[in-house]
Amino acid sequence: MISRNPQLNRTGELQHLLTTEGLPATILLEILDTAESFVGVTERDVKKIPLLRGKSVFNLFFEPSTRTLTTFEIAAKRLSADVHNLNVAVSSQSKGETLLDTVNNLSAMDADMFVVRHLQSGAAHLIASHVQPDIHVINAGDGRHAHPTQALLDMFTIRRYKQDFRNLRVAIVGDILHSRVARSEIHALTTLGVPEVRVIAPKTLLPAKVERLGVHVYHDMVKGLKGVDVLMMLRLQNERMQGANLPSPEEYFKYYGLTQEKLSLAQPDAIVMHPGPLNRGVEIDSAVADGKQSVILSQVTFGIAVRMAVMSILAGN
Amino acid sequence: MKIHIKNGRLVDPINGVDAVIDIFIAAGRILAIGDAPDNFQANRVIDAQSLVVCPGLVDLSVRLREPGHEYKATLESEMEAAVAGGITSLACPPDTDPPLDEPGLVEMLKYRAKSLNLAHVYPIGALTQGLRGERLTEMAELNDAGCIVFGQSGVPLTSLRIMMQAMRYAATFGFSVWLRPQEASLAHDGVAHDGEIATRLGLPTIPVCAETVALSSIILLTRETGVHLHLCRLSTMEGIEMVRAARQQGLSITCDVAINHLHLSEMDIGFFDSNCHLMPPLRGMSDRGALRNGLLDGTIDAVCSDHAPVDEDAKLLPFGQAEVGATGVELLLPLTLKWGIEMHIPLIAVLAKITAAPARILGIDAGHLSLGTAADLCIFDLEQYWRVAASAIKSQGKNTPFLGMELPGKVKYTLVNGLVVYED
Repeated sequence: MISRNPQLNRTGELQHLLTTEGLPATILLEILDTAESFVGVTERDVKKIPLLRGKSVFNLFFEPSTRTLTTFEIAAKRLSADVHNLNVAVSSQSKGETLLDTVNNLSAMDADMFVVRHLQSGAAHLIASHVQPDIHVINAGDGRHAHPTQALLDMFTIRRYKQDFRNLRVAIVGDILHSRVARSEIHALTTLGVPEVRVIAPKTLLPAKVERLGVHVYHDMVKGLKGVDVLMMLRLQNERMQGANLPSPEEYFKYYGLTQEKLSLAQPDAIVMHPGPLNRGVEIDSAVADGKQSVILSQVTFGIAVRMAVMSILAGN
Repeated sequence: MKIHIKNGRLVDPINGVDAVIDIFIAAGRILAIGDAPDNFQANRVIDAQSLVVCPGLVDLSVRLREPGHEYKATLESEMEAAVAGGITSLACPPDTDPPLDEPGLVEMLKYRAKSLNLAHVYPIGALTQGLRGERLTEMAELNDAGCIVFGQSGVPLTSLRIMMQAMRYAATFGFSVWLRPQEASLAHDGVAHDGEIATRLGLPTIPVCAETVALSSIILLTRETGVHLHLCRLSTMEGIEMVRAARQQGLSITCDVAINHLHLSEMDIGFFDSNCHLMPPLRGMSDRGALRNGLLDGTIDAVCSDHAPVDEDAKLLPFGQAEVGATGVELLLPLTLKWGIEMHIPLIAVLAKITAAPARILGIDAGHLSLGTAADLCIFDLEQYWRVAASAIKSQGKNTPFLGMELPGKVKYTLVNGLVVYED
């Protein structure tokens, strides 16, 4: 039985980063502030600082990923860590080794930090509750549950463009039901004091009682986008475009895809975000994705600074 | 062997007894209650001062994991755990490997169980071959081999035609059919109740309608076929309402609830506690309340342990991949007592839910302490609280959401056919 928040240590500092839920605003802001100091580093000629020198970071990806894995790898290397990428999906798991056996074996190789992605919700919690106390776990996405570094880089991006969280209307649009990004964004936004978070989706893509997370539910883009300062579009997975969730990508684009016309319903200075990779013409029109209100490429850049911030804070705790 | 149980508080729901009375046992049967028969020379005297003496418990769902799953538990380990929990009769579901769909398998299980000389074992025969829901089993032959009821365990019947015909065939011989209501296409790949917790944790869900839609088919086919139906493991408020309505219309339906669902809700999953990965899933607090009240008002007849020992490795996985189930035979009495204490129910009515009621559902002569009946008894200390810990559990499965909790009711002696088979 776990009696305290499994991602904080006894003194309330970050021990693991598993979810944005339940983290105090002070910790979220500490990460964002630390990330600010790393943005400069990524623009220097020599892009390395020695904060994680001699530390071993294992990227444990039980689910295929290119972008997230790469940004974690870059972040760790810029902090001078030794980085090991394990594509576990095609190695030990297929030989029948259990998740915890894999982790124990790597721990024996003197790992200091695990960055974990897994298709099952709760996988990062499971690992965090079984590693030695000096090992840190970063959740790089578990099932539909959480993707905290994505949410944090989104918060970083919002703060860069909007300064203050406390007067914003934010809309998250798309497949909320299956999205770990949406869940982590909702918790981060509400914790940081955003007064109005909206989710916009057809009923087939919303989880039960989602309003209990502190969001307003809309099924209609025209109503939901009115007066919004930040639009966070979600990626629609290919396998969900037609079947029991949606009839077709075309119909989805017509009613829930972001076009210039729908964007004009939001505030004139609204920013458009997307965690990538984009499905152009499904959840977002190319003209919007590449338009002047889009901050999608900034998100990618800031992603490295935010992940450096998380790793350096964990290593210091 | 002659045994004299003295000074105990005898609680027997069927005979309406709750008083300090002695019991005298000889030749495996209850020889006398109250005064000693003439010339009774006890080989053993059990002093039950300040203890409760009640009929041995009857558990409607105990997975013994044989044949096929001996790495999770063995017949011997689970039978010993059962008597340590005060259980003297138990029904085991057919979800073994292979399933209990052939007389030979059932005879072997009965024989192996009998040779251990512990609790009485009543195998639930598979309703369809391999539990696949395609062809009926030889129910009459299985009955000759020892199956008295038939079910599918947790395996859904996808064809309503097969369900109807299985009910008809069972009704031909007067066998009751046991089904757990869950519509497979609605449960889909779900692992948790479709509520706030699964939304927060991002777990695939099983909506309430998976139970109610299945219930409506099952109830309508029960009416159509006239079979006696036993509903296993109700989990929802809406489901209980449907059963209440069906019974008011005169249908022959009984139902049970598992100890876990009587006390826990989706909230107990916490940070992905895989011990709470159960089937049906733990539901909302209002469902839990409806189950507790439904058991009190009799809509739900009995409580069972739904015992499912799981080896540790199979639980050390992410929630959705962890094996379903919880160990339970040693918690049936404590958790039923806990329900009774919390609901302020007289002990005699509480014990009826794990003795007389399940015996009636199973159709066996057990669950009461009448003169001349087999001396199957449980003697326990109502006042003694004990902490649930892996070391305190005899079952090979240590998996239970109640680990670390203090529960009331410690079994001191269990007697089967007049022999002490467990002693604390």
